[in-house]
Amino acid sequence: MEKMRRNKKLLAWIDERFPLSAFWKKHVSEYYAPRNFNFWYYFGSFSLLVLLNQIVTGIWLAMEYTPVADQAFSSVEHIMRDVRYGWLLRYLHSVGASAFFVVIYLHMYRGLMYGSYKKPRELLWLIGMLLYISLLAEAFTGYTLPWGQMSFWAAEVITSFASAIPWVGKTLVIWLRGDYNVSGVTLHRFFSLHVIAIPLILLGLVFLHLVALHHVGSNNPDGIEIKVKKNRQGIPVDGIAFHPYYTVKDMMGVAVFLLICAFIIFFMPGMDGYFLEPDNFIPANPMQTPDHISPVWYMTPFYAILRAVPNKFLGLLVMAGAIAIMFCLPWLDRSPVRSIRYKGAWSKIAIVIFVISFIGLGSLGIQTVSPLRTGLARLFAVLYFAFFLLMPFYTKYEKTKPVPERLTG
Amino acid sequence: MTTKDKVEVDAAKRCFLRRATTTIGGLGLAATSIPFISYWLPSKDTEAAAGPVKIDLSTLKPGEQLTVAWQGKPVWAIRRTQAMLDSLPKLIDKLRDPNSDEDQQPSYAKNIDRAIKPEFFIAIGICTHLGCIPTYRPDPGSISADWLGGFYCPCHGSKYDLSGRVYKNVPAPLNLVIPSYAYLDEHTVMVGVDKATDAG
Repeated sequence: MEKMRRNKKLLAWIDERFPLSAFWKKHVSEYYAPRNFNFWYYFGSFSLLVLLNQIVTGIWLAMEYTPVADQAFSSVEHIMRDVRYGWLLRYLHSVGASAFFVVIYLHMYRGLMYGSYKKPRELLWLIGMLLYISLLAEAFTGYTLPWGQMSFWAAEVITSFASAIPWVGKTLVIWLRGDYNVSGVTLHRFFSLHVIAIPLILLGLVFLHLVALHHVGSNNPDGIEIKVKKNRQGIPVDGIAFHPYYTVKDMMGVAVFLLICAFIIFFMPGMDGYFLEPDNFIPANPMQTPDHISPVWYMTPFYAILRAVPNKFLGLLVMAGAIAIMFCLPWLDRSPVRSIRYKGAWSKIAIVIFVISFIGLGSLGIQTVSPLRTGLARLFAVLYFAFFLLMPFYTKYEKTKPVPERLTG
Repeated sequence: MTTKDKVEVDAAKRCFLRRATTTIGGLGLAATSIPFISYWLPSKDTEAAAGPVKIDLSTLKPGEQLTVAWQGKPVWAIRRTQAMLDSLPKLIDKLRDPNSDEDQQPSYAKNIDRAIKPEFFIAIGICTHLGCIPTYRPDPGSISADWLGGFYCPCHGSKYDLSGRVYKNVPAPLNLVIPSYAYLDEHTVMVGVDKATDAG
């Protein structure tokens, strides 16, 4: 009792000077979220958890890593062999990178299914897309740091993208690399971007993403606004407080998620070449390209699109377009309903085709080129774009199901 | 809330669940902190680089000083003359710890010479005040009129005698540290081991 009174006094002292209780109420204990969140709603909190893991393990790795061309590779091996638990922190970071994309892709897919990008959540979606692009940049710069063969050639290939830009391309590539070829200068600036610049941008965008989310409130699997129906206290009748209901749900999910991650980290950290590629255990050699070169799995869908176009400039344009078109999603969807549950047959077929073509492109991007595979990649690329470009038509003209007034459960 | 939704809250059960979750979660966090804390300890290659170091004393002339690095720290070897050794007993009442009672040396160097063989003084040349390296000032009278030779720290004026014993009324609290060392033969010392057989 005495202790409780003391805590109350301390809280009152703080609240007079800082809106601690008000903040907690507004964003946690009295933040009302739809009561029908399902499995797909785990991935937002998982991505926050992975971000935290990447930041903490990244800080620790930077303590022993050397961003200099002739020492980078051996400093990673030094972390793996000499530093206490260095192997664990490195695997936490490298598996974390892949885990980040797993949860982000599922998070984005959730948004796609339930129409979470539609009015009034357009900015929420756009901030999320900026987060995704920053994450790609963060993953790419991080991938170069071990300075193995894949690191070097990824830096070579991706900085070469800029050379396709007319007029300024050649100068731009030299400017990006800080040298006439990818070198230790490039490595050092990528290190700086990876550990300072991009993480700051990511954190800023995560903040904006949450501000936008808490302003408009979460969407839900039914895609209807819970704020429309409120009780006499002004609380949405279909809403439940984020804490304790969703904090407990997320904790349960986190426990399972960590179990899966721990299994991968301890028993298959390289994921059979998908998370850590064998060629990257050979030190960077600017004189020899590995026989088989492909990006890490999370970039392969776009890589497959790039390879499918038989023209350098157009290929890059189409690949950039594949990402850029996702920004337009809120304005491409003309459906009167949000959730796939109430959309018509065309939307359902379209989303299935989209998933098949995205995964298809991803798996083709990992494999070597053959005439059949290039043909398939072109087909999937066309379907990928058709999903977006035809959306204004099939969402507008298809017959939708009636939307219930209250959440269905 | 309708009457149907009103369920009796089992406070004891809720309390148990909260405590169990907090305990397990707390243990998990504590276990997770182990790798992050251990990571800061010297790595295996740093430990290997901190291994024992050999000093060859045969080239050392009487009164001369030689410095080698051991674990990144300066280790002195000084060949003391009989006159230098004679100065040691005269200083007893000017010193803070004349009998080396503080644990600043291995047991075999806990004597007035603070050495295994009186002729060769082996010590870590780091001032026990704030880590500067004291200067070797063997000439009597070079620091003050009654100076009998010793070490003088340029940072804050701490003084030690020729056995590395600290003077009274100076900032340094303790005698200079004597590292563990052993004679491999008459003129070779291994710093960082207690017995010649440990030298490997």
